[in-house]
Amino acid sequence: MFGYAGKILRVNLGENKVMVEALSEELCKNYIGGRGVGSKILYDEIDPKVEPFSPENKLIIATGPLSGTPAPTGGRYMAVTKSPLTYAIASSNSGGHFGAELKFAGYDLIILEGKAKKPVYLLIEDDRIEIKDASHLWGKLVSETTDSLRKEHGEKAKVLCIGPAGEKLSRIACIINDYDRAAGRSGVGAVMGSKLLKAIVVRGTKGVRLSDEEKVKKVVEEKLKKLREHPVTGQGLGAYGTAILVNIINEHGIFPIKNFQFAYHPEAEKISGEYMSEKLLTKRSACYRCPIACGRVIKLQEKEIAGPEYESIWALGADCGIFDLEAVSEANFWCNELGMDTISAGATLASAMELYEKGYIKEEEIKKDGLSLRFGDGRALVGWIKKMGLREGFGDKLAEGSYRLCETYGVPEFSMSVKKQELPAYDPRGVQGQGLVYATSNRGGCHVRGYLISAEIIGIPEKLDRFSTENKAKWAKLFQDLTAVIDSLGLCLFTSFALNLSDYTELFNAICGNNYTEETLLEAGERIFNLERLFNLKAGVDHTQDILPKRLLEEPIPEGPSKGERSKLWEILPNYYQVRGWKEEGIPSEETLKRLKI
Amino acid sequence: MIKVKLFADFRKDRGKEVDFEYFEGINGKFILEKLKIDEKEIAVFLVNGKNKKLDEPLEDGDVIALFPPIAGG
Repeated sequence: MFGYAGKILRVNLGENKVMVEALSEELCKNYIGGRGVGSKILYDEIDPKVEPFSPENKLIIATGPLSGTPAPTGGRYMAVTKSPLTYAIASSNSGGHFGAELKFAGYDLIILEGKAKKPVYLLIEDDRIEIKDASHLWGKLVSETTDSLRKEHGEKAKVLCIGPAGEKLSRIACIINDYDRAAGRSGVGAVMGSKLLKAIVVRGTKGVRLSDEEKVKKVVEEKLKKLREHPVTGQGLGAYGTAILVNIINEHGIFPIKNFQFAYHPEAEKISGEYMSEKLLTKRSACYRCPIACGRVIKLQEKEIAGPEYESIWALGADCGIFDLEAVSEANFWCNELGMDTISAGATLASAMELYEKGYIKEEEIKKDGLSLRFGDGRALVGWIKKMGLREGFGDKLAEGSYRLCETYGVPEFSMSVKKQELPAYDPRGVQGQGLVYATSNRGGCHVRGYLISAEIIGIPEKLDRFSTENKAKWAKLFQDLTAVIDSLGLCLFTSFALNLSDYTELFNAICGNNYTEETLLEAGERIFNLERLFNLKAGVDHTQDILPKRLLEEPIPEGPSKGERSKLWEILPNYYQVRGWKEEGIPSEETLKRLKI
Repeated sequence: MIKVKLFADFRKDRGKEVDFEYFEGINGKFILEKLKIDEKEIAVFLVNGKNKKLDEPLEDGDVIALFPPIAGG
């Protein structure tokens, strides 16, 4: 197989055993790689009802066929497992260089099984695999762990690890690679922590076999040109980073403020991409073979650190009523160091602030922590993030995520989440299609399982009326299926602002020597999405969880450009099930499964 | 008065905000011409937070937001 390494590394941590297996060609044909192949293996190998923290759960690190190839942005991997946050399937994507390096070492996937008897890390140096003692690394921050492992195994080694949040089984812990790139969502870092696996170090020196080098060169050059010439991928994202969204989302009145109580704020400018570029930015950073370079390096208190992304700025800032970019950047830095999902961390804190504001959390309960839980208090932000990551004091409750926190006080409706996973930075009341995508995302509240904001706000590939429900079911399905394709190929979703299905098909065929058509490739995406749905149904996460928080369905946006709007989810959902070929209860029909060969 | 808010690269040499005196018939096209912004450069043209066509007449007190093609996520 071209593009693929053709090998799976299976590591049983409990038995201290490592096996190398062949990657099935049939599996790749149907499920592409990355998210698709990872999900299929998880579906086949674990009981979806398994407890996420039990040794029976597996954690799969999956690259795609284009990871490590010359394809633009081909450095990504997926962390696939059963989520301790949602109890649904989790697949969290990350960039940086780790994914490509794993491919260079000769592996498409790592399947991590069982639970180690003591803290360990996995060392992969091409064919040499070792499970090594990590007692000296347990409790260490992400940068300390990464520095220490690179010192021991060489500067060229790429490190993926968890921080203290993952060790302490925070349900919102992430996996971090290359110091600050995160497989962020659904608590995948806690699953790694439950296996007592602190890190994976990889060094690869093998190449990736390409089908037709001349053709690959030509096709890659064409796609690079498209990416460089497109105003979003060639100009905006590189110049301002993802934070460029702050103002445009705020000006549309869908920028959630104070736990989605409001959707517009006059001070948004202070946490915007324009502000960051003017005041804090020192340079841009890029993942493996990425011409976009949306990563930020900023200077904060004389230190150069990774600048926060749009979603992180929103969660740690606006959602908590904080409009201080320095405080938000520091909180973002600590989320990375502790290994915690910035979206869920910020949104959970925001829900705690509302519980405090409404009198559910009493002053006595947080007195010992010595930190204010009032909306807008930027001085307390970093303190809370540290307590959350270390499960100290009231932070212990925060580490469980917003749903479980709010449930403790008898008011789960204050958790702005879907399937118990915190929603990201767009109020679905003013973007009806995005609301549908939130409600039906297989991994719970999420914007990167179908980024309809692209069409409803920005007008890519075409402008849709954001307040209308018309045709949104069809658009949601198309975006969800195409996203599954991109995630499974091992490419960055941001390429889709400039590239389309035909570009992906051409790249995939050129590199791997395949004969996919646009239809068969998109159908593979649909197959993957349906398989994830089947996993969730077996896990007990059914149509009753295809729902948005009560506030977004019942309370209209109180002020700003989207004033008076509420989600019309119930108008679109039945149509969506129909478009998907699912029965009324959101179950894929037998004909659909047959058509998709699942 | 009509307030025009500028974002991203539109701020270069123009600043963050420009005010226009209101007159009957003033529209987006007129404003873009004065600001020397090509229509093709506009991805999002908002009047009080809602999409509007460039040739639709504006009202006194309208707030306009102009964005080039930008995205993220």
